[in-house]
Amino acid sequence: MLLALDFPLIVEKLILVVVVVMASLLIAMYATYAERKVAAILQDRRGPNRAGPFGLLQPVADGIKLFFKEEIIPDFSSKFLFILGPSLAMLTAVMTSAVIPWGDKIHLFDRDISLQIADIDVGILYVFGVVSLGVYGIMIGSWASNNKYSLMGGLRAASQIISYELAMGISLIALIMVTGNLSLKEMVLQQQSGWWNVAKQPLGFLIFLICAFAECNRTPFDLPEAESELIGGYHTEYSSMKLGFYLFAEYINMFVSSTIMATLFFGGYDCPFVNEANFSPNVAALIGIGALMAKVVAFLFFFMWVRWTIPRFRYDQLMRLGWQF
Amino acid sequence: MNITQILFWLLSAMAIGSALMVITAKSPVHSILYLIVTFFAISGHYILLNAQFLAIVNIIVYAGAIMVLFLFVVMLMNLNAETEPQKNRTMQFAGVIAGGCLFLVLTAALNKSAGVNNITQMGGGNYGLIKVLGKTLFNDFVLPFEISSVLFLSAMIGAVVIGKKEQ
Repeated sequence: MLLALDFPLIVEKLILVVVVVMASLLIAMYATYAERKVAAILQDRRGPNRAGPFGLLQPVADGIKLFFKEEIIPDFSSKFLFILGPSLAMLTAVMTSAVIPWGDKIHLFDRDISLQIADIDVGILYVFGVVSLGVYGIMIGSWASNNKYSLMGGLRAASQIISYELAMGISLIALIMVTGNLSLKEMVLQQQSGWWNVAKQPLGFLIFLICAFAECNRTPFDLPEAESELIGGYHTEYSSMKLGFYLFAEYINMFVSSTIMATLFFGGYDCPFVNEANFSPNVAALIGIGALMAKVVAFLFFFMWVRWTIPRFRYDQLMRLGWQF
Repeated sequence: MNITQILFWLLSAMAIGSALMVITAKSPVHSILYLIVTFFAISGHYILLNAQFLAIVNIIVYAGAIMVLFLFVVMLMNLNAETEPQKNRTMQFAGVIAGGCLFLVLTAALNKSAGVNNITQMGGGNYGLIKVLGKTLFNDFVLPFEISSVLFLSAMIGAVVIGKKEQ
């Protein structure tokens, strides 16, 4: 036989991939809504409330609006690279979710289905590698725009990511030393039976959190798109859904890095006292997913809270923070 | 042909094709992007050998860090095909000869080396996994490993000394 493959396994993984990607997109969509609502609450406003009940259909309306806008590809720009930029940003944002353990095993149709797409041996390094590739989307897009402001944004993004990867790597090394393992699944299992890693590595968590902000280009580190200085930075020349991809990739990145922080430092899908309660595996797995999602939502709220609390750093301050401490 | 072989041929074609594009592409930025594709193809080969750690580290270090720096510098200098200085004929000729000599030495060395007939087993074994790799490095190859780490340290100190501003 040409391709001797375990067919049910492929189907199972395929469904899981589709579900995870769809869930990421949906959550990213509602993260945009949540961002505006949180901003509104923090600024004593009402926020979006016209489309649907409580404005819940606002993200859908935004998406449709973006799709119907005119596409503009600037002259003198490399057309292929111009389109490749946002696609890469989106791809790398979604790719990270492949190694995250979303929950424990569930039992369906006489099969134990692990709620993790790929439990690879070097899970945490994979995350690190894919995250470091994320900057290419921004750099290629900014270069292909053939615009000085875009290029400045791209250069800032590149230097920022290089600066923060070091700190991120070192905080992860401390974590790896404690757990003695690189697989995300193993890390969660260890935290299930013992303390959460944030208790063992509080400083590592703090550094990782700051680096996550920098890697997601969120305020206070959103220099690549500092709209008051660079007219939108790397996506100045983009319009329509390509712009939408960039903005969307940012929210997916936020979602994925919240998940990773929850997995690495806050026990992943571990919910206290559930292990001792002896639920059936499916119920336990569902509670696990719920626990992970609750942690993720808490982190997402934190991201938004910080955005409206701390002003943007100046560029030289950012570099000093990255290299001198 | 099983799936491993198909993947092997695909990845090899990708690696060689994009490596050729690196040297023939007109714009330096395109060259760099092709080089990144080459690194990905090589990482794919590592994964076929089940050397996950090597594959990921290759991506993190080369594709993720070094190529970002390359791209950064090229974008900053804004090199274009028009502004590229034309090298004269003798330089080009010397370059071809030097490259050919290196190629000759490498092929000769590969040809004479002992293990050339042991075709690496693909997809099997766990010798590329990180646990095995770490145990091998720290048991069988401790001395070379430590010496190479000292070498890296000295290179790092050298880079810092060179990069430091004159007082």
